[in-house]
Amino acid sequence: MKVRKAAAALATVAIVAGACSSGATTAPPTTGPSGTSGATASTGAGSPTASAVPLPTAIGPGEGALNLVIWPGYAENGSNQKDYDWVTPFEQQSGCKVTTKTADTSDDMYNLMVQGHGQWDGVSASGDASNRLIDAGEVAPINVDLIPDFKNISPFLQSPPHNTVNGVHYGVSLGWGANLLLYNKKAFPTQPLSWGSVFDTAQMDAYKGKVTAYQGPIYIADAALYLADKKPELGITDPYELTQDQFNAAVDLLKAQHPYVGKYWASYTDEIDNFENGTTTIGTGWQYQVNTINADKKVEVGSLIPTEGATGWADTWMLSAYAPHPNCMLAWMAWALKPDVQKQSAEYFGEAPANVAACPQLDTNPGPYGFKDFCTLFGATNESFYNHISFWKTPRADCGDSRGTTCVPYKDWVDAYTAILAG
Amino acid sequence: MSAISAPGPQAAPAASPRRRLLGWFARHRRLQLGTLLALPVGWLGVVYFGALILLLLSAFWVVDPVTGQIVRDWTLANFQKIITHPDPYLVIVARTVVIAALVTVSDAVIAFPIAYFMARVASRRTRNILAVAVLIPLWASYLVRVYSWRLILSQNGLLDWFFTQLGIPGVGDIFGYSDLSMTVVFVYLWLPYMILPIWAGLERIPDSFLEASADLGGRPLMTFRRVVLPLAMPALVAGSIFTFSLTLGDYIVPQLVSNTQFIGNVIFSQLGVAGDIPFAAAFAVIPIVIMGIYLYAASRVGAFEAL
Repeated sequence: MKVRKAAAALATVAIVAGACSSGATTAPPTTGPSGTSGATASTGAGSPTASAVPLPTAIGPGEGALNLVIWPGYAENGSNQKDYDWVTPFEQQSGCKVTTKTADTSDDMYNLMVQGHGQWDGVSASGDASNRLIDAGEVAPINVDLIPDFKNISPFLQSPPHNTVNGVHYGVSLGWGANLLLYNKKAFPTQPLSWGSVFDTAQMDAYKGKVTAYQGPIYIADAALYLADKKPELGITDPYELTQDQFNAAVDLLKAQHPYVGKYWASYTDEIDNFENGTTTIGTGWQYQVNTINADKKVEVGSLIPTEGATGWADTWMLSAYAPHPNCMLAWMAWALKPDVQKQSAEYFGEAPANVAACPQLDTNPGPYGFKDFCTLFGATNESFYNHISFWKTPRADCGDSRGTTCVPYKDWVDAYTAILAG
Repeated sequence: MSAISAPGPQAAPAASPRRRLLGWFARHRRLQLGTLLALPVGWLGVVYFGALILLLLSAFWVVDPVTGQIVRDWTLANFQKIITHPDPYLVIVARTVVIAALVTVSDAVIAFPIAYFMARVASRRTRNILAVAVLIPLWASYLVRVYSWRLILSQNGLLDWFFTQLGIPGVGDIFGYSDLSMTVVFVYLWLPYMILPIWAGLERIPDSFLEASADLGGRPLMTFRRVVLPLAMPALVAGSIFTFSLTLGDYIVPQLVSNTQFIGNVIFSQLGVAGDIPFAAAFAVIPIVIMGIYLYAASRVGAFEAL
């Protein structure tokens, strides 16, 4: 069933690509998978959008340009790796010239959007930025019927709390993954199985100074996740919803970790450098770094989700409320969710695709950065695995449960992290 | 056509408005100067001081923790927070000031012999070559220079490799991402800003002073200590203003070659990560105060006469 759908979608893409190669400026979704899109678009009123202003039920003509704020690797045009190019065909078909601005952190991303009204059309926001963007009115609701592949998104990612509020969709999920434990295979011949390898000072004495940690306040959640398992008496239920005592315990753990950290990383290129030049041999990172480092072949790194679980990200393509080219952005969302585009971005970025229709191709026909059984290994269709990851979200004073507003808000996370880094 | 015929002798009695305006300016010299300077001075006043005043004002506001919006109520909360949390904030200030002072002293010690050689010993040709050599690093991008130092000092970097070849392993571990590496990079980066003022200062000392000292029986060391050094002091202090203030305000070198934070990193993260402009402004007041004290002390030594 899924295979047939994917094949059909691929066939239509091929047809569209062929038909539009003469430079037509039609947005792809309007000419996309036939039948369903036209029908659902006209019945857009039935969508679960409760906003007062009716949302567009069709994507209008493209405005000729598209400016995106992205995580590095979410809009490849073949210049980094010639096999990974999903921007050029989009530009040819939609007539929307794509410019991108990569962000290093979620905070960076949020600030770019807030300070760049009228400049950016969309953003690939993670959960710790997406709810802030929604709360601040920075992103606009969208009609998911305009995204033909929406129905193929994993059920748990169609309306997740980080992009759907009160039944209103503020974007479409594009992919997700975990913050893995990376280790240099030469320095660690036996695979470390626990986050204790970067938090337990007794273990770290053997490789003091070779540890890396993420240089962002959200990393406090990683410490909290470890403590939830290590010190059950603290009663940590959610690493982003921490009472003052729980929060202090996590901060103390990171302060104890500080002398063992040779270099914190904020930009992924820094982490790649440091693994390759030997400054770092173990620490948290993304699959993207693993792929790049192992492709460079200077050192070999392994990666895993330790026994305590992991924090992670789930990213959403969001439409700016001040977008100068909204039609191009909607066309991009529809494009980015197509199975073959999802296959490329999932392989290149190293994450589970949102659209599971991409899985047959990912599993059996890997590209340079892919591998066999990709979706199984990333748990793309595995809801219990998804539930095992604590996805980034913005810490708020409101714990979201019976504890009321006793949780530590993000502002305090920032201050605490300044203190941790100051050593 | 008329513009060309206007300056002709027959046109003189009926002066054009343009000529009358120019004539009026010629009679009011001070106004002429004022009009000329209005734009640059206005820029300095409005844009520079205006921004500075706005910054200082916002230091007395706070950010609403819930909405993230700035609340324009006068409060000293930001300054209280700095003083009641000496652990991160004052520690960072102390670290920044100590390293800035270290960099300044190191630069002075390295720059003085070079500047002295250029000013008083080297031939005209050698001096020109040296001057170009001192200035050439300034042509390359600051980031390129910092990154190249990172390659040299990193744990398996050039320096480590070199000493390993000589049979001395572990040099890379001493440097790596450390305060030491950061100090070395700063010393390198700001060295030209120390050499140039000292060179200019030493060139201004007349040869006759040194001859007079020798005639009075002053040996070279005595002459240096009692004549050259006091006369070069203002230039030395002028150079130190550059090296000290540039180090004090930098936040890129700490990020790239060390694992610690400077005043600038805290300001940057308060602006970029937390979006807390008032606290960032309050913290930015600290280097302003430090530089104010430094400049006052420098003016007492007569540094500004040598600029």
